[in-house]
Amino acid sequence: MALDSKIPSGPLADKWDSHKFASKLVNPANRRKHTVIIVGTGLAGASAASSLGELGYNVLSFCIQDSPRRAHSIAAQGGINAAKNYQNDGDSVYRLFYDTIKGGDYRAREANVYRLAQSSVNIIDQCVAQGVPFAREYGGHLDNRSFGGAQVSRTFYARGQTGQQLLLGAYQSMQRQVAKGSVKQFAQREMLDLVLINGQARGIIVRNLVTGQMERYVADAVCLATGGYGTVYYLSTNAVGSNVTAAWRAHKRGAYFANPCFTQIHPTCIPVSGEHQSKLTLMSESLRNDGRVWVPKNNGDKRNPADIPESERDYYLERKYPSFGNLVPRDVASRNAKQVCDDGRGVGESGLAVYLDFKDAIQRLGHDVVAGRYGNLFEMYEKIAGEDPYKSPMRMYPAIHYTMGGLWVDYNLMSNVQGLHVLGEANFSDHGANRLGASALMQGLADGYFVIPYTLAHYIAGTKVEKVTTDHDAFKEAEDNVQQRINKLLAVKGSKTPRALHRELGQIMWDNVGMARTDASLKDALVKIPKLREEFWHNVSVPGDQNSLSKNLEYAGRVADYLEFAELLALDALTRTESCGGHFREESQTPDGEAQRDDDNFTHVSAWEFQGVGQKPNLHKEPLVFEEVHPSQRSYK
Amino acid sequence: MRIHLTVWRQAGPNVGGAFHAYTAENVSPDMSFLEMLDVVNEQLIKKGEEPIAFDSDCREGICGTCGFMISGIPHGSQPHTTVCQLHMRKFNDGDSFTLEPWRAKAFPVLKDLVVDRSAFDRIIQAGGYTSVNTGGAKDANNILIGKDIADAAMDSAECIGCGACVAACKNASAALFTSAKITHLSLLPQGQVERTTRVLNMVERMDTEGFGSCSNEGECEAVCPKGISLKNIATMNKEFWKAVLQS
Ligand SMILES: Cc1cc2nc3c(=O)[nH]c(=O)nc-3n(C[C@H](O)[C@H](O)[C@H](O)COP(=O)(O)OP(=O)(O)OC[C@H]3O[C@@H](n4cnc5c(N)ncnc54)[C@H](O)[C@@H]3O)c2cc1C
Ligand code: FES
Repeated sequence: MALDSKIPSGPLADKWDSHKFASKLVNPANRRKHTVIIVGTGLAGASAASSLGELGYNVLSFCIQDSPRRAHSIAAQGGINAAKNYQNDGDSVYRLFYDTIKGGDYRAREANVYRLAQSSVNIIDQCVAQGVPFAREYGGHLDNRSFGGAQVSRTFYARGQTGQQLLLGAYQSMQRQVAKGSVKQFAQREMLDLVLINGQARGIIVRNLVTGQMERYVADAVCLATGGYGTVYYLSTNAVGSNVTAAWRAHKRGAYFANPCFTQIHPTCIPVSGEHQSKLTLMSESLRNDGRVWVPKNNGDKRNPADIPESERDYYLERKYPSFGNLVPRDVASRNAKQVCDDGRGVGESGLAVYLDFKDAIQRLGHDVVAGRYGNLFEMYEKIAGEDPYKSPMRMYPAIHYTMGGLWVDYNLMSNVQGLHVLGEANFSDHGANRLGASALMQGLADGYFVIPYTLAHYIAGTKVEKVTTDHDAFKEAEDNVQQRINKLLAVKGSKTPRALHRELGQIMWDNVGMARTDASLKDALVKIPKLREEFWHNVSVPGDQNSLSKNLEYAGRVADYLEFAELLALDALTRTESCGGHFREESQTPDGEAQRDDDNFTHVSAWEFQGVGQKPNLHKEPLVFEEVHPSQRSYK
Repeated sequence: MRIHLTVWRQAGPNVGGAFHAYTAENVSPDMSFLEMLDVVNEQLIKKGEEPIAFDSDCREGICGTCGFMISGIPHGSQPHTTVCQLHMRKFNDGDSFTLEPWRAKAFPVLKDLVVDRSAFDRIIQAGGYTSVNTGGAKDANNILIGKDIADAAMDSAECIGCGACVAACKNASAALFTSAKITHLSLLPQGQVERTTRVLNMVERMDTEGFGSCSNEGECEAVCPKGISLKNIATMNKEFWKAVLQS
């Protein structure tokens, strides 16, 4: 099937407006007759549910947590971008668009990104109207900060809890619709299959995570807003319940998976302390506004940081990238941290860390100003690492943080499967090969508040769907499929825990498909992953009863899906022999060690079509056309 | 380190439960309390026994998913700390703990240490929002809010909805949770229009969900991992009586 991105014609700045005008509408009186399933209640899912509920659709909302308010978006710290230009520092919709395209290393669609930048402005207005308590200046205006790789201050924030406040805003709007009856909320439900009828996405099978019972839901259209797949690496900054299951099961039903190898590694996370570690904690990128990154100049210098004189410190980001300094984009900062550690100059017990130092900032601004800006982050660091950042520098190391890849969608956020829409981190669309800081929250909310209400209406108004109930054979087939897989998991009765197997998978992924990837490392991963999958299905242990709450059973199912998905991720990385953004192929670098793109061969989206577990998937390419911006070598020097 | 645990095990809702004893061996001081429980569960799974059910997600103190009683104190004895952020370095080799779920009529136990907190969602449904539809909001800087007001609203809005306040209260009152939302919205210009109905409806819902009434014990504030202040409850009471007089 040829991939049609459905990008509207006309000048970039007018595409979205003319597309909205050309889109079909659903009569207000008819909307309640249309049911929409939304899986996921993060920023993307909750904003979509509330907006569609307000419009009058009959919305069914699902999440795995015990309340929609606990979706992983809650953990976002740093902020959300918007092209408001409140600071009069030269920002504009065009500049945000340009920065995002460039930041993504020219692997995103221009039209999508432009629309994102346009919507950003409305997002802030919407959130403020909801009562999101963004940081303010003394005069009562909204405050901004500059954030990862941006030379303007366009990031809005609510202390170090921006994601929490934005999510609570969306959640509260959604609860208002629940009270009105237009949104029905199903918490503690895990989507385990997608139901297709006549080639259209018409429903889902979920497991009720409290009772263990299977449930069927039918609708006119299905939206997935199920987040990213960072936990395929086991350790990541994502919540431990994050998973690829919903997206992967949709993929197995025909939805193409795009650019799975585009994963983002965040430069500033608290380093691993031991095998017991269950997740890594991110320290917000905003810390790099005032903190200085350094390592000792000399290999193996194990002195206390306070005893290392200035002349023996290497502020390597400031040295190599004088114009961006500590604020280079994430991929560049992460790779450089790995490089200095590979050189033997890493700090801390493991040697896998670099310093992030606030000594100069405290001297320049005073303790109180620094505490005002970063107090809660410092506290968090002290809790976890047991050291006081006011007194000694933080130790930081990169960790998996975000996944730019996801299910393929067109301009309308619809996948190649009719009626299946994908929102937020779960889709692949807007960040290319690298996401800029504070852009994921923006994308999730743009998708849910400002894009899907139009494009879904267009789909519903223009599509005939057969009248069916959940007794349809397709529901039975899908439910049987899910049940069989669960039975199979329970029947193995092996001796390894899902966690142990997940940890092994994570190690393979981090070592072979991590910050730097080579032909050999990827081929090695492609041998090891299927072996581990074999072992899983012969040796996993899932004790307990499937008809009750069983975290271990849920977890085992997610690990099983990761063991299939990981192979696709590694294959995509192997196929893309260029370096771009977060995907660094060692074979493809500039003489000074920066990522070297291969525009002639890879200016496209790789969209993979499932052919069976362990079978080579089919590759479809969507060419990326740049009409506005001319791809150039990214330079932050 | 070696840690002794006495854990409430209950197979499902509406059935009895009992305490069981476990020992966690080789506990590293860098582990969080939940990572220590992960290790205990790994051992149980390897033996073919059902692991202890407890809930968590972000494991960085912000989602409010985790939480249980550690020897009678919600989230344990470390101030301003959720159990996922509680590190074993705060304890000593040989320490013993009793782990129990939140105990409250409005939070029925689902299994072991996991309870049903959906009553909190229903309190928010009763009015914890501003009635604004998507689209058409005016420019954000047209609403000026003093920094002190915005900061105070944020202090209240930081609540993570974990339920520790209810678990700590001898009346199982949800006053701290409910008042934090009421205060957050009543401080801001955006929250004024529905100020009266909001407080009346949310307070009423709190009662019908089976939460007890507040008798100013202050236990909630003491255990709140986010340091949500008792002042919120005072504000709620003021707002409530004002609303009663008005309506
Ligand atoms: C620690 C951290 C800090 C971050 N900070 C920032 C920041 O400062 N700025 C920024 O822009 N971005 C930030 N990000 C990224 C950003 O938070 C996420 O990309 C974004 O919130 C994802 O939102 P989402 O709505 O797509 O998905 P999520 O918030 O991940 O929500 C996924 C939803 O899907 C549900 N779900 C998943 N699987 C299933 C299933 N099988 N069945 C049913 N439901 C399911 C979950 O229950 C949940 O409701 C940060 C990320 C992390 C990890
Ligand atoms: S797991 Fe999120 S607060 Fe503890």
